[in-house]
Amino acid sequence: MKLKKNLALSDSGFVFDPSTGDSFSTNPIGLEIIRMLKEGKNANDIKNHVTKTYMTDDASFEKDYYDFVNMLTKHNLVEGGEKEKN
Amino acid sequence: MSAKKLQYERPVIQKLNVGLMNKFGTRTEYTPLTHIDGNSVKDLLGKFGSPLFVISERTLRRTFREANRSFKTRYPKVQFAWSYKTNYMNAVCNAFHQEGSWAEVVSGFEYQKALNNGVPGNKIIFNGPDKTEAELKVAIANNSMIHIDHLDELYLIKEIAVESNKKPRVAIRVNMDTGVYPMWDRFGFNYENGQAWDAINKIMLNDKMELVGLHSHIGTFMLTPSAYGMAASKLSHLALEIKKKYKKNIQYIDMGGGFASKNTLKGSYLQGIDASPTFDQFAESICTAILNAGFTETDLPLLILETGRALIDESGYLLGTVVSNKRLSDGRRATILDFGVNILFTSFWYDHKISPAQEFSQYTEDAVLYGPLCMNIDVIRENITLPPLKRDDHVVVHSVGAYNMTQWMQFIALRPAIVMIDMEGNSHIIRKRETLDSIEKDEIVPKYLKDFKL
Repeated sequence: MKLKKNLALSDSGFVFDPSTGDSFSTNPIGLEIIRMLKEGKNANDIKNHVTKTYMTDDASFEKDYYDFVNMLTKHNLVEGGEKEKN
Repeated sequence: MSAKKLQYERPVIQKLNVGLMNKFGTRTEYTPLTHIDGNSVKDLLGKFGSPLFVISERTLRRTFREANRSFKTRYPKVQFAWSYKTNYMNAVCNAFHQEGSWAEVVSGFEYQKALNNGVPGNKIIFNGPDKTEAELKVAIANNSMIHIDHLDELYLIKEIAVESNKKPRVAIRVNMDTGVYPMWDRFGFNYENGQAWDAINKIMLNDKMELVGLHSHIGTFMLTPSAYGMAASKLSHLALEIKKKYKKNIQYIDMGGGFASKNTLKGSYLQGIDASPTFDQFAESICTAILNAGFTETDLPLLILETGRALIDESGYLLGTVVSNKRLSDGRRATILDFGVNILFTSFWYDHKISPAQEFSQYTEDAVLYGPLCMNIDVIRENITLPPLKRDDHVVVHSVGAYNMTQWMQFIALRPAIVMIDMEGNSHIIRKRETLDSIEKDEIVPKYLKDFKL
C-alpha cells in the first residue's frame, strides 16, 4: 500500500492532502505510522517497531493497524484510492 | 537493559470539517473519570466485577439537603417522601429515611418493602391505580395515607372502612391542565371537568373516610417550573373551597414528583445541565403559589414532595468495560461495551454522559456505543465523541441512579452488583451480582421434561 506522495504532515498530527484540500487530525502513533508508510515501510516493519516501542502485543496492534489503514483508504489518502484495497 | 515501553493508544485519523461546530463549542465528555469518591474505578471493577452500579452516598445526601433547603427556606412546613419506584434498594431508601424522608409507594410489594425498612405505617403514602383489597386493608390498619386514583377504589375503601370500623386517611389524586403537553389525565380525578369535586363530595359527605390531603403529579422530567406553580394554585384553590364548604382543613398538599434531573433527553438541543431547572426554581414556583393562595398562617397545609429522579440520578454511576471495537460499513467506529439496555433502561430516553475511566491524549473519535446483547436495539449511545478506547478499557456512565436499578431486566445476561460508597469513602455491596441460581430458584421443570436424549 502506498500513501499519496504529496501529503503534508505536521509534528502536531495535522495531515493535509493538497490534491483534495482535505485536512485530517491524527494522534501521535497514527502520525508515526503515516510517516513510516511514506518512507515505504511495510506492515511487518511497522508492527515490529510499534510492538517494540509501545506497550502492546502483535495481535492487538495488527487489528488496530488494519483498521487504521482502512480509514486511510476511506479518506482517500492512498495512491489509487479505494482500488488499492484489493 | 531494555528501555521502558511507551503507553499505547490505538492509531486514529479523523477528517476535519469546517463550519460544523455547534455554538457551544466542542463537548468535553471525554474528560476521564478515574475515581468516584476516592475509589479508583479500576479497583472497584477489579473487586466487584464488571459491569457495576455504584451509588455515591455523599452525592445522595448532598442533593437531598440541597432540595430540602430550597423548599424549607421558602415554606414553613415541608416533608419529602422517598419515591420507592425510582430506586428501591433498601440501602438507598434508608439513606433517604435517615435524612427524614417518609415513603411513597405504588404497589403492595413496595409497601411491604417500606414497612420492612422500618417506616411507620402512618408515614407511608400509598399511591397508584392498582391497590388490592388485601393491600388496602393493611394500609388502613397501619393508618397510612391512601391516595385514591379512581371511584372503584373509593367505594372499595368505603366498604373496608365499614367492615373494619376504622376511618381511613385518604387523599385524592387530581389531574389538571397546567399548560404542559402531554397532560397526564389517566391518573386520579380531573380538576377542570368537576371529577375532582365529585370525588371530594363523595368523601366529605360520608364520615367513613377522612380526607387528609390533595395530591397531583403533573408529569415526568418536567422542564417547566411554572407548571408546578399552576398545579399548586389549583390544589390550593380546592383546599380553600373545601374549607369554605365543609369547614375542614386539608392537612397536606402533595405535589408529587417529576422534577427533571441533569440528564440530557434524546433530541434535546441543550445539555441537561443547562436545560434542567434547579430545585430553587421548582421551590419558588410551588411555594409562592401556595403562600399566595389565601390560606391563613395556621391553615397552611403541609407541603409534601415525592421527588425521586432529581434526588438520586446524579448519585448513580454505571461502570463497565470495552468488549471490542469494530468499524461499521459507513466508516463509523462502533464500540461494544459489557453493559446494555437490559441494565441501562434509561438509555432509551437519555443521551447519557459517558466518560473513559483512564487518561488519554486529546485525540477523539466519533463512535456508536453498543451493549453486549445479541439484539439490534441494544444501543447505548447512537453518537458520541470519545478517545480511542480499546478492549478492556473502562468507561463510566453518569447519572444512572434513577429507574435503572428498578426497571432493569434480567434479559440474556445476569444483573450486576450494586455498591454504595459511604460518606467516608468506604465501599459496601448493597446488592449482590446475580447468579444462575438466583434466576432458576423459582423455576419448576415438570418431571416428564427433566430428561432427554440428543
